[in-house]
Amino acid sequence: MKFGVVVFPGSNCDRDMQDALQHDLGKEVIMLWHKDEDLSMFTTEDCIVLPGGFSYGDYLRCGAIARFSPMMKSVIEFANKGGKVLGVCNGFQILCESGLLPGVLLQNANQQFICKNVYISNKAGQALKIPIAHGEGRYHADEATLDELEQNNQVIFRYCNESGDVGETGNPNGASRHIAGIRNKAGNVFGMMPHPERATSTALGNLDGKEVFSILGLLN
Amino acid sequence: MTYNVQIKVMPLKDLLDPQGKAVLGGLQNLGVKSVNDVRVGKHITLQIDAASEAEAKQVAEEASKKLLANPVMEFYEIELVN
Repeated sequence: MKFGVVVFPGSNCDRDMQDALQHDLGKEVIMLWHKDEDLSMFTTEDCIVLPGGFSYGDYLRCGAIARFSPMMKSVIEFANKGGKVLGVCNGFQILCESGLLPGVLLQNANQQFICKNVYISNKAGQALKIPIAHGEGRYHADEATLDELEQNNQVIFRYCNESGDVGETGNPNGASRHIAGIRNKAGNVFGMMPHPERATSTALGNLDGKEVFSILGLLN
Repeated sequence: MTYNVQIKVMPLKDLLDPQGKAVLGGLQNLGVKSVNDVRVGKHITLQIDAASEAEAKQVAEEASKKLLANPVMEFYEIELVN
């Protein structure tokens, strides 16, 4: 399984992602320029990553302009064919704007850009320590959509405290139902606000990010 | 003909608007105590070349729906000014 990392103007976690995938997880990585559209070197077993950052200066709304870049047209086609796509932080915002994932990321409820370690948990209830760094990470969708996400097991990560209890205390940004990450119905498109690529190296003192990639089935 | 179209984009009424909340705090610090709610949105102006008013409005509608506003979080109002 190889990875493609899309570089938008304003991406700033693209190199972190490349480094984590290549050096910490031993994966082949191809960097993809947003103005190109060729994804012919990837099969649907591979994964395209939309990294964090401030694509197009976050103008209009986070991710709103990136969605129309030539590479995104190919990424949307790739996802619709069943190819794996992971969006982290700004990448998650782009996936929501492009309609590959439902909902939207709103400005944090406390009005602040938050950069710190938080805990997230998957269904197994295990608390993973993963850093966040965002000003617009408050996941929102209407009640019907949130219910549907839960019924279809599409919520992959929720904010929790150190012992794995999901709730207000662990929720940094006011996200609806403490949602930190979701997947689409088909299970091939993933979006999350926390940055697993910043937690895959012993040098950085945190390996919980590896567990995130593993939970998403991206370490095969 | 060129039409001037103004588009108002506002956060949906039910949603918390942290920017508006921050501005409200600023107004209160300034001593303007009578303001009890602030919501902040965007005002976008477009110049559209079109054959008719209806066509210009249609273009603005399409632009708003597909890019300028996100219906999950915002609503918009279009006004033709010339």
